[in-house]
Amino acid sequence: MAVKSNHVTIKGIKDGLVFLLDDECEYEELLGELRYKLEHSHQNILTGPIIHVDVKMGSRRITEDQKQNMLDILKQKGNLLIRSVEFPASEPEQVPVYAIMSGMVRSGQVLHHDGDLLFLGDVNPGGSILCTGDIYILGALRGMAHAGVEGNEEAIIAASHFAPTQLRIAEQISRPPDEWETRETSMEFAFLQNGAMQIDKISNIVRLRRDFNVFKGV
Amino acid sequence: MGEAIVITSGKGGVGKTTTSANIGTALALLGKKVCLVDTDIGLRNLDVVMGLENRIIYDLCDVAEGRCRLNQALVKDKRFDELYMLPAAQTKDKNAVSPEQVRDIILELKKEYEYIIIDCPAGIEQGFKNAIAGADKAIVVTTPENAAVRDADRIIGLLESSEIESPKLVVNRIRPNMVKTGDMLDIEDVLQVLNIDLIGIVPDDEYVIKAANSGEPTVMNPDSRAAIAYRNIARRILGDTVPLMHLDQKKGMFSKFKKLFGMG
Repeated sequence: MAVKSNHVTIKGIKDGLVFLLDDECEYEELLGELRYKLEHSHQNILTGPIIHVDVKMGSRRITEDQKQNMLDILKQKGNLLIRSVEFPASEPEQVPVYAIMSGMVRSGQVLHHDGDLLFLGDVNPGGSILCTGDIYILGALRGMAHAGVEGNEEAIIAASHFAPTQLRIAEQISRPPDEWETRETSMEFAFLQNGAMQIDKISNIVRLRRDFNVFKGV
Repeated sequence: MGEAIVITSGKGGVGKTTTSANIGTALALLGKKVCLVDTDIGLRNLDVVMGLENRIIYDLCDVAEGRCRLNQALVKDKRFDELYMLPAAQTKDKNAVSPEQVRDIILELKKEYEYIIIDCPAGIEQGFKNAIAGADKAIVVTTPENAAVRDADRIIGLLESSEIESPKLVVNRIRPNMVKTGDMLDIEDVLQVLNIDLIGIVPDDEYVIKAANSGEPTVMNPDSRAAIAYRNIARRILGDTVPLMHLDQKKGMFSKFKKLFGMG
């Protein structure tokens, strides 16, 4: 016994009912239809003895609030006992996405960015680059870089030519010692370790406990 | 329609006025019709460097406020028939004119002259905005010092966000000996930071000071190395390909011979 509809399909199984909810329409529309079906149609199966209900959301992702809204509607019918709500488990592992920008940050200019940033170009003395996430500079960092401006202590700063006037990660401010200018020419990055600024070669970035997508070879 | 080039630097004392006077004169020397415009209202110097101070009757502010016609304010150079100068007012300040007024004056001048060289005041305030208002191109002057390079960088940033097309760089007052010993930034260091096209390098030359005091632009003296440098810049503005000056030219005859025989 299956009742066909636009967005809400109610199916009977051996020991109860399955609500199949469309996963492409607007959520509000879906709730509206669900409410309508419960209140106006199918009274024969929706009143009577207690029935177990499984709700299947398809591939729709919903928030806790949205889930609660839906359960509230179902609970209006006293005889429906919700046994399970099926929706996609926790978000799949997200591959970090970097914004890419290019140009030059000259003296007096400030580049703000929300998130992680891959910057192709130079940051000159007197210029600043500020990000809520990580900063990767393909070019020279001669000015000021501030990663994790909103307090993310995990944020890092990397640059092909690492000669900053000042580095900041979250609340930590570090003035590089004078000898930095003449360090080896390999790409370097800065990170916080126990609240202190550390500098290392970019190849050691995997030693940070952060979940980068690490290439291990075959 | 002529071309308006603003000479700017951000920092004071790096040689904007000297560069303006010399590039302008060098262009006149190459047969171009040139007008120099001093926008440093209240601190005018270009007239002094050009030796035209005592010929000024009206100035930029008088033209802007309609107290005289543009032609009445132009001062003709004493050496060239095709070289003129529009002086700044000395009694007012930068707020006496607006960028729109300057733009109108420059537009008017572009009808008459092939090149308009605008001498910009130091700083990034009103005076700078006035100076770049009517310009098509910009030449940024810097010296091989960190402070000057920093300010030049700031100015380039401001120019890039205005309508002016890619600014060109002049590195002024280079001392080859100090560069060689590593006590002075070399051209490469400067270019690496500023990352714009170089249009000329000018060696430090005592004659420039002497010339400025006597009101005779350096370019008039063919013996001066700075003069050659300024003439080269003028030729590059006209589109000629002129190789950069070799800075360590001041070798004796003996070392030249040594080099000739492969011993240098």
